[in-house]
Formats: sequence, structure tokens, C-alpha cells
Amino acid sequence: MKIVVCIKQVPDSDKVTIDRATNRLNRAGVPSVVNPFDENALEVALKLKDAIPGTTVTVVSMGPPQAEAAIRECLARGATDGVLVSGREFGGADTWATGYTLALAIKKLGPVDLVLFGKQATDGDTAQVGPGIAWQLGLPVLTYAKSVEALGDKAFKVIRTTEDGYEEWEIDRPCALTVVKEAGELRIGSLKSKMAAKKAQIPVWGFADLAPDPELIGLKGSPTRVTKVFAPPVKTGRERLEGTPSQVAEALVERLAAKHLV
Amino acid sequence: MNEIWVFAEQRDGALQNVSLELLSKGRELAAQSGYTLCALLLSENGEALAPELFAYGASKVYVADSPRFAYSQNDWFGEAVCRAVREQKPEILLFGATSVGRSLAPTVAAALHTGLTADCTGLEFDSEKKILLQTRPAFGGNIMATITCENHRPQMSTVRANVFKRTRVDGASGTIVRLGIDISDVPERMHRVSATKEAGDDANLAEAKVIVSGGRGIGGPEGFGLVRKLADALGGSVGASRATVDAGWISPLHQVGQTGKTVCPKLYVALGISGAIQHLAGMQSSDTIVAVNKDPSAPIFEVADIGIVGDLNEVVPEIVRALEARRA
Repeated sequence: MKIVVCIKQVPDSDKVTIDRATNRLNRAGVPSVVNPFDENALEVALKLKDAIPGTTVTVVSMGPPQAEAAIRECLARGATDGVLVSGREFGGADTWATGYTLALAIKKLGPVDLVLFGKQATDGDTAQVGPGIAWQLGLPVLTYAKSVEALGDKAFKVIRTTEDGYEEWEIDRPCALTVVKEAGELRIGSLKSKMAAKKAQIPVWGFADLAPDPELIGLKGSPTRVTKVFAPPVKTGRERLEGTPSQVAEALVERLAAKHLV
Repeated sequence: MNEIWVFAEQRDGALQNVSLELLSKGRELAAQSGYTLCALLLSENGEALAPELFAYGASKVYVADSPRFAYSQNDWFGEAVCRAVREQKPEILLFGATSVGRSLAPTVAAALHTGLTADCTGLEFDSEKKILLQTRPAFGGNIMATITCENHRPQMSTVRANVFKRTRVDGASGTIVRLGIDISDVPERMHRVSATKEAGDDANLAEAKVIVSGGRGIGGPEGFGLVRKLADALGGSVGASRATVDAGWISPLHQVGQTGKTVCPKLYVALGISGAIQHLAGMQSSDTIVAVNKDPSAPIFEVADIGIVGDLNEVVPEIVRALEARRA
């Protein structure tokens, strides 16, 4: 079976702090990591690789040249190989143009059985690129998968999470899935895969390799524009309640009552 | 056509609250733009839900029915929405940011080659440029961005539950337009085998009006007993921080934050939660935030409307008592 896992390099959101004076992120010195949900997607792929002989797992990412480090990290954890899609022309892409571009890269890899994504990336939180790529590739897609099991060589059984529970689905191969954290934590990787990752050649595919419609990539190919960026409105009337536990409790309930919350 | 469409999401024959909230917001946009507010209803039982859509402000309800619309199957729903849009050409198309909407909307946007903005917290019509101004939080809600889609139609957004208020319109009525959409030609590549609700009715945090959440500071799995007590006293649902879920104290369905659920209830009470960015990202658009934490410098206090520095094991039972006393 041939599996592709799409990943994104993002700033480590656990280490990001906020400059309260400017309401901006302190980005300096914040390490880049593989988007945490993409790690869960990779783990799903590696479990299938363990279970089904002859399975390959190819990691694909679009980003600046330094995003190569994220792909190498995935190889160290056990992915078979990886490709970086990178080029000036792709810059400024919104989710539509990103989906179009990554779909070209996946098509170039040849027929695949399964394309996996994290449920969303922690820097943009849109959750749009996975379903977008699935459409570009003509594949059915299920979102929020927490477990994936091959049913013979024609379909998968997928458990997906919803707002208030779970659903079981059967989906034909090939297909695309976005994956939630409950799918499992990414393994550390063997010594062998770590050594191999260090030496691996990771091809970089640019404009000439993908031959995209220039009208559909980068900023030009993006239907949306960010027209304004601003700090969120500061909440007024914040207060701290002081006193004994029963005094603060009384004061809190009074305030909640005034806001008609109790 | 100069129309605003709201995707009327239904499950088991009941409309999702978020769809009604979108209709209420849609009425404002319709007033600003002069466009007609419409709902798009895909259903296996025809127009049964149309009166409720009129009651929340739709002037027109487009109905497509088929046994294939019993539940959202992304291929079928996606194709049906695309065909309806190609036929009627609405200017604006809004979806609830639910597990259905967040799959369907990006599929439709990809197919129609148009822009989609996820999880908008503000929607406004720029009457001069005749475009929708879509505002959403970026990076954990610390930055707000306004996004537009000038040259492609429809302009598409998803919106979380509870972001907008729903209001009934008295004596409202409207017209029903039956769409002759037939998707029997679309192959069946997936099907739902079963759907299971997690035990307990409060697992659906996305639509909860009141949420009481526990963090590491509650001390252990038994700490959720106290969290539950306060939630019950407030008529709310139980939420949890990532740390408590990772430690196995409570089911992941209760997790609030970037890796869990994004919620915006009327009241959010954070008990023993320090307030890591990834947690704040999931709850800071809540109307009123109350935090109880023994560490006065915990970041949660920076987003809390009402902060209480203290031992939650002492404070929370007092709050429960005060609530009960008030009710008595």
C-alpha cells in the first residue's frame, strides 16, 4: 500500500508567548516543529505500515527550504521518504492555492491508496487544506479520524469523532483522511531510521517540477486576502475578587446574577 | 443572484443551533446589503424544517430532498451544494463550523474555486465595495485578521456555535423553492455504519451555554467530582484542559483547547487551569470567563473577567453553596 502524509512545519505553540504590550507573538527563539496533528497522522500511517507488508509512507510538505527539517524528523520516526515543495512562486498561498499545489505534488508521486493529514495546523487552525486536496485529487474524504483499519485491499474502516461521540464509517480505497490526536502519539523511531534520516536526500520540487497553472498558485492563485490585522479588543471591567472563600463565592454569584448567568 | 445562503444543518431531523444563529446574523447582513436571506436544506423528509428556518429569518428556503440526505455523506452533500450554488449563484454562503460543516465547506470551496474563511467571529457587509468582511482570530486568538474574497463567488465562511445570537422573528413566513437536484449519478464511495453518542448528555461542548473546566490544579481524576458539582449547580457541561486528558483523568471528548474543542459559551469557569496558549485558543471568545487558581500570575487571569486567587477546594464548595442558597 502507498500512503502519503501531508505535514506542515509550525512554530511550537507550547513555547509561544505573547507580548501583552503589543498583543503580538514573541516569535524570536521559538522552535519550529512538525504540526502536532500531523504527527498523529504519521503514526496512523506507520501503524498501517507495521501491519501490511510492502507499505510505503511518503511525507510531503510545502514550505520554505528550512521545512526540510520537519520532513527529516518524520523520516527519523519511520517514514519511508519525503518531498519538499518549495519555491518563491508558491509564497502567499491561501488554503485553496495550497491545496492545488500540494495536490500536484501528490499526483506526481503516482497512484496512492491513502492520503493522511492532521485535523488542522496549529498556526492557522483552518482545517481546510486536507478536504481541499482530497477534492483536487478526486478522493473521498473523512475528517476527524481516530482509528483506521484496512478492510482487505479495497476499503478502510474509520472511526471518526464528532461533537458528542463517534461514528464508524467504511470508505473505499483510495481516499483521504484527516486525523485527531486520539489516533495515537507518534513513536520515537528506531536507531536505524534515525541514522537513515540523517543521510536521506530529500528532493525539493519547485515550479518547473510541478508545472502548475501560474494563475492558481501563490498569492495570485488565492481567492482570499488578509485585508486587516489587529489586536483583539481588550476586555474592560476585569476584576479580582478578594476575601474569604465564602465572601468571594458570594461576590461571584452576585456578579453572575447581575449578568443573568444564574 | 443577490442572495445570502445559510447551510441548514440538521441531524436526525433537528436543526443545529448554529444554523439558526447564522440566520440571525444573516438577517443583519441582508439589511446591510439588500440581499435576500435564504437557507439551503438538504433533507430526506422534504420541507418539514422550513417553518423553523422562516422563524429565524430566512425569506426563502431552498429544499433538495433525497433518501441520500439522511446524514451528511461528504461526496453527496458536497455535490448537492455545488450544484445548487452553480444553479442559483448566491453571493454569500455560510456554514456552521461543526464536524459536518468543517468537512463540507472546504470541499465545496475547492470545487467552486472560491475563498473560504474558517471560524469567523465577525461578519460584516462592506456596502461600498459590496464584499463580506470576515474576521477571525489567528494564532490562539492573540491576533485578529479580517479576510475578504473579492473576485470569487460565493464568499464562504464557517462560524462556530454560540458566536452569534439567535433571535426568532415573530409571524415570519417565506417561500419554499424546490431544487431539482438529482445526485443519484454520484457513486457511493463511503457510508456510515453506525453513530454512537458518548454517555452523558454534556459531551457536546460546542453548543453548551455554560462550561466548567478542570485543569491540573484540581489534583487528580477525583477532582472532576468538584468540577461536575459546580457544573450541575450552574446548569453547565464539564470541560477539561489537555493536561488532565493526557493524564487520563477524563475522556478526550471533554477537552477544550487547540487540540480539543473550541468553545464560546456564555459562561466559562476555569478551575485550576493555568492558561497555556493552546487552552486559551479554545475558550477565550467565551462571553464571561471566571478563573479560580492559586497562582496569582497564571496567564488565565489575563483573559478572565472575574478572577479568584485561592484554593479551589475551599472556594468551589462555597460557590456551590451560594448558588444553592440563591435558588432556595
